[in-house]
This record gives sequence, C-alpha cells and structure tokens, in this order.
Amino acid sequence: MQVTITSDPIDPAAETAALARDRTDVGALVAFSGVCRGDEAGDPIAALTLEHYPGMAEAEIARHVEEAESRWPLLGVRIVHRVGRIVPGEIIVVVAVASAHREAAFAAAEFLMDYLKTRAPFWKQVERTGKTIWVDARAGDDAAAARWKKVERAAE
Amino acid sequence: MKLLYFAWIRERVGKPEEDVTPPGSVTTVGELVEWLKGRGEEYAHAFDNPKVVRAAIDKVHVRAEAKIAGAREIALFPPMTGG
Repeated sequence: MQVTITSDPIDPAAETAALARDRTDVGALVAFSGVCRGDEAGDPIAALTLEHYPGMAEAEIARHVEEAESRWPLLGVRIVHRVGRIVPGEIIVVVAVASAHREAAFAAAEFLMDYLKTRAPFWKQVERTGKTIWVDARAGDDAAAARWKKVERAAE
Repeated sequence: MKLLYFAWIRERVGKPEEDVTPPGSVTTVGELVEWLKGRGEEYAHAFDNPKVVRAAIDKVHVRAEAKIAGAREIALFPPMTGG
C-alpha cells in the first residue's frame, strides 16, 4: 500500500505501472483518475483549491485500504491525492488497484473512491472570477459510500 | 487540549488551531461545540449549525456523543468534499 498526498501533478500511468513492476501474479490493474472539471454546478470555474488535514488524511485513507484488503484479494494499492490549487483538466486523485482478477480490482477501486469522497478529510474550494466558494458535500456521495455497508450487513 | 479547524469553519473562527481548556462540565464533542459557540461572534457564526459540524479526536472520526476526556487533539470541520 502506498498513500501519497502531494501538491505536485499526478502521473496515473506511473502509479499503475508501479503496481505491476517486477511481478507476474498481477492479472488486473484498475486505475481511477478524478479530474478537475471546468464547471461546478453548471457554472464555469477558474480553479479548485484543496485543503486537507495532514496526518489524518493519510491515516484515514490507509484505514480504508486495509478494509479493502480484508474484503478482496488485492496485490497492491496506490492512492495519490493532490492538494493546493488545481486547474481544470488536472488530476485531483488517482486510485490504482492490482489483483489477480478484474472483479476484485474493479470493486476495490470503487469502494475506495466512494469512501474517499465522504470520509477522507479533504475540502474543495471553487475559485471563480473574483470570489471563492466552498463546495457543498453531495448527498449522492453519502449514498454511494453507504451501499458498501449494506453489502457488509448482507454478508454477516 | 488542542483544537484544529478546517475549511469554512477555520475561516469563520479566524484561526487554524488553538489551545483551549473547557470547563469540566463539557464532556462530549457536542458539548464542546456548544461551549465554543459562546466564546464570541466568530465562533457563533462558525458553529451556528452544529448538525453539519464533523469531528475527529486524535485523527479518528467521532460522533457528537464522543467523550473528549484524554483527547490530545480535536478537529472540527464541515462535511468532506475530497476525491
């Protein structure tokens, strides 16, 4: 597992390649990239600025990676989250997962992204011409994270 | 104990962190937020809707009912919007 928080641009290809380097047991690599859109709620934006809680952000992501590793047979996870000012078209987050087969890799990547959105201590601020606005949490993100709890209960 | 504030709660309070010594009657995170509200206009503004305030004790998410005894660091912040 590698969890990185950085103010530098993210290279998703490098993160994915690192998971399969020098090994031949990996049969599936799934990498999700979250990209800064040029609009927020229909209005154009100049940039996003991401704030985080240093120490807790890394720890909280690591806790969810451990949870994913206990649910699916994973061979590696790399998560990189950017902070600071990000302009449209740049990558905010990469979640890369390696497994022997695709089902686990797809499911774990989706699980990790859903939890990142609602539980990892990051906050987005939108920059428009002349003003900045904090982004509101989306109810849809809470619902996306909650469905993994239903899976947990059903399995008990 | 050390308090940390993030995002618009930090902006409204006007500082990223501070050391406070709440009275003994303040035993939970929810009571801490209520106590902070009485410390001035900026706090009243930051915590005017306690329902949206999220908290972590020593970098682990907790609910409003969580006991603050023994906490080294308590963070108060709005719902998270990362990813």
